[in-house]
Amino acid sequence: MKVTIDNITIDVEPGTTIMQAARQIGPHIAPPAMCYYEPLKGSGGKCRGCLVKVTAGSEKDPRPMPKLIPSCMTQVQEGMIVENTINEQVLEARKGIVEFLLLNHPLDCPVCDQAGECHLQDFAFEHGVATTRTVEERNTFEAVDLGENIKLNMNRCILCYRCVYTADQITDGRVHGVMNRGDHAEISTYIEKAIDNDFSGNIIDVCPVGALTDRTYRFKNRVWFTKPVDAHCDCGKCSGQVQLWYRGEEVVRVTARKNEWGEVLSFICNTCRFERKKTSDWVIEGPSKVAHNSVIAANKYGANTIKPAFGALQAAQQYKKIDDNRDRSFLGPAQPPVKQLN
Amino acid sequence: MKLTDRSKVLEQDELTLAERLYIPAVASGMLTTLKHFFKKPITIRYPEQKRYLGPVFRGQHILKRDEEGAERCTACGLCAVACPAEAISMVADERMKGEEKLYREEKYAKVYEINMLRCIFCGLCEEACPKQAIYLQHDKMAPPFLGRDEVIFGKDKLVEKMDDRYLREGWK
Repeated sequence: MKVTIDNITIDVEPGTTIMQAARQIGPHIAPPAMCYYEPLKGSGGKCRGCLVKVTAGSEKDPRPMPKLIPSCMTQVQEGMIVENTINEQVLEARKGIVEFLLLNHPLDCPVCDQAGECHLQDFAFEHGVATTRTVEERNTFEAVDLGENIKLNMNRCILCYRCVYTADQITDGRVHGVMNRGDHAEISTYIEKAIDNDFSGNIIDVCPVGALTDRTYRFKNRVWFTKPVDAHCDCGKCSGQVQLWYRGEEVVRVTARKNEWGEVLSFICNTCRFERKKTSDWVIEGPSKVAHNSVIAANKYGANTIKPAFGALQAAQQYKKIDDNRDRSFLGPAQPPVKQLN
Repeated sequence: MKLTDRSKVLEQDELTLAERLYIPAVASGMLTTLKHFFKKPITIRYPEQKRYLGPVFRGQHILKRDEEGAERCTACGLCAVACPAEAISMVADERMKGEEKLYREEKYAKVYEINMLRCIFCGLCEEACPKQAIYLQHDKMAPPFLGRDEVIFGKDKLVEKMDDRYLREGWK
């Protein structure tokens, strides 16, 4: 099936969603996702962060869709034309979405352990506005300990349901994870029960914000002072493919490896995550790849420049080659031919 | 050898008799010196006297407390990541029950160190701070140090004393 996203046409399998098609093109085209999580069945459609404009529904019916469409839930059709980053309406809508997600979100990034790898931070930085218009009080909850190793900070939750789906996937017979409705909605009991499970630690990794954090890493360090290293071990329960976060010689945190969309590649067990915190427990594969524009790559000499991708993209688009065919004959007879720069 | 056409040949006339005596020139020079005896000196007697450094001078760092005397710093690490000289390091800790008067947020800096040999007083830490915790004082220079063991300033030297608070123009 042929689908055009931001004037780029791509061939995809039938049944692919717009989000997946856009991700195949590349990260600069892919819409942001706060709730959609590919490894989790049924996730997506909650946060509205990935809204796109469909200017032509399909080849047979090329009328534009009247409203913005959540790209993570909509399957592509033959000849569909989608506008994401080039549509004013989409960008304007995303500003509103950021504002809604931040309605009850506390501005405690300086305290939050997720800061630096928080998807809501990225989303607000790229698509939000710098100031807030709300004067109302925010919903506040007490922080809860979900067992030994996990801290639930309901204040920061954006109700993406990812942890609920994770708990659904790793345990049997659970139906509800969010209590109450609308403004009062709250992740509850059902997650607290799921923490007995061997794989419960994964809800920390899937959480896009700092609502679920690792208690063994609590306030230990900031993400950008730690160095990620790929490692593995022989674990009977899980794949053992993890990322170790070093501060000096010390392993301060163990997480699952993630792909470029922040999605866990393979879920790891709690023993690997919370108990194996010595270098001798692991076989080190080498330093993890960190995007050069990530804050995790900052503050290390040689690579401490943080540039938003947008600027470079715009510069590349507006780049004009300089016509430099000036007379060089005065420089002497034996001149090498001028190399064409690309 | 002439390098360019633009060079000028300096022509000097013979000195006159008055010029050759040098006394008028010496006298006028002495007069200039004499004038300065009656002028206000432009130098001051540093270190006894100190000049006003201006409202934007960047001197000794201070970790501010709020009105109730609780430390503002939450050890978020933004000053350290902004620091081009990598002079700042910190260790965070969780606030316990009963320490609410000491620390403002649930996390605080247990250790906060600035290596004054590395610091270039650029003020980026002050700019990066989201909690208005670190400031470079405009009226106080960093003290001199004599040994290498004195150059790392910890919280004992950096945290504001409640009886000697740091204030800037425009603050209450």
